[in-house]
Amino acid sequence: MAEFTLPKNSRMTEGKTWPKPASAQRVTTFRVYRWNPDDGKNPSIDTYYVDRDDCGPMVLDALLWIKNKVDPTLTLRRSCREGICGSCSMNINGANTLACTMGIDECSDGKLVKIYPLPHMPVVKDLVPDLTTFYTQHASIEPYLKTVTPSPEKEWRQSPEDRQKLDGLYECILCACCTTSCPSYWWNGDRYLGPAALLQAYRWLIDSRDEDTGERLDRLEDPFRLYRCHTIMNCANVCPKHLNPAKAIAEIKKMMVTRQL
Amino acid sequence: MAEPTRTLRTTLSKIQGLGAAHAGTEHFWRQRLTAIANLILIIAFVGILLAAGGRDYATAVAIVSHPAASIVLLLLVISVAIHMRIGMTVVIEDYVHDKGMKLAAVILNTFFAAAVAAAALFAILKLGLGRVV
Repeated sequence: MAEFTLPKNSRMTEGKTWPKPASAQRVTTFRVYRWNPDDGKNPSIDTYYVDRDDCGPMVLDALLWIKNKVDPTLTLRRSCREGICGSCSMNINGANTLACTMGIDECSDGKLVKIYPLPHMPVVKDLVPDLTTFYTQHASIEPYLKTVTPSPEKEWRQSPEDRQKLDGLYECILCACCTTSCPSYWWNGDRYLGPAALLQAYRWLIDSRDEDTGERLDRLEDPFRLYRCHTIMNCANVCPKHLNPAKAIAEIKKMMVTRQL
Repeated sequence: MAEPTRTLRTTLSKIQGLGAAHAGTEHFWRQRLTAIANLILIIAFVGILLAAGGRDYATAVAIVSHPAASIVLLLLVISVAIHMRIGMTVVIEDYVHDKGMKLAAVILNTFFAAAVAAAALFAILKLGLGRVV
């Protein structure tokens, strides 16, 4: 059955409260999920106080401020700090997003920020989830041009109109915010491909240069791989790049029906 | 979830599982088709209820057993039963992960939909075909 309570070893405990920065004028409280695979303890929530006058405006700035000035053991992924690499995706005040593009003041008026790793994924440590399955699902939809016609000498050409069809799809940075916000993916993530992989599948289905459309649809036509999407729309709500995976999935379903009628 | 605790299968092998079933589109389409049918038929059904409601037994039977009303009711029961069965199957597939339980639930769901539909169809036909004029 779907799990409605957390397994015993995943239940949250109250963690450490770290000291307030002395003589700080503006302070924001951060409640951060901590789990260490090596100490055998349950996950806990640590409380940190961040001096806002000593720290940048984004949630990622605060996390790095904590790591640099308070607690170097806090573990997270980050790279570009400008919303293009997708590394710092995490659950901030209840919604998946990128820590680098979410302003601290956007989270409950900058008073309290609650941070957890992406939901329903195995945790490696603290805010770092194991995304192996997610990446493999993306690879399984074969996200690259497939053709039978021999490659032209110079390049595969595409009209501007056909190129426009890829807008709203190619921008995906594979941060996994959408897929890990999807209840269907939580319950059946071993069989359902999830919004991110399906958005990319659609991106290749409608690429005018691709010659594998039928086979691509064949590989997706499955009660679990595709049809677990029940248009819950969490994916579109959380996407930090403002894409709409639910619409892409609906378009795939339309293609499935179209080729039968 | 029946995955053995010790396995050296690759992630790709796990997520590919037994491959695409090449099914689902027919269910998807049928669910939409019956949804449209339900919309129209339920409006007609409410009309029949309003017409028959509060009348004495003989008048109510006469209204329900009118050929037009009977046909609407027959179609409604068939459409709703199909829609209900597919919808419930999806719920079972979503939430029941134990293989044995899932199989049992899917079978019972089908039987339940068929039984409810048969009982309703029987009642409608009994009234409709038993009509004197």
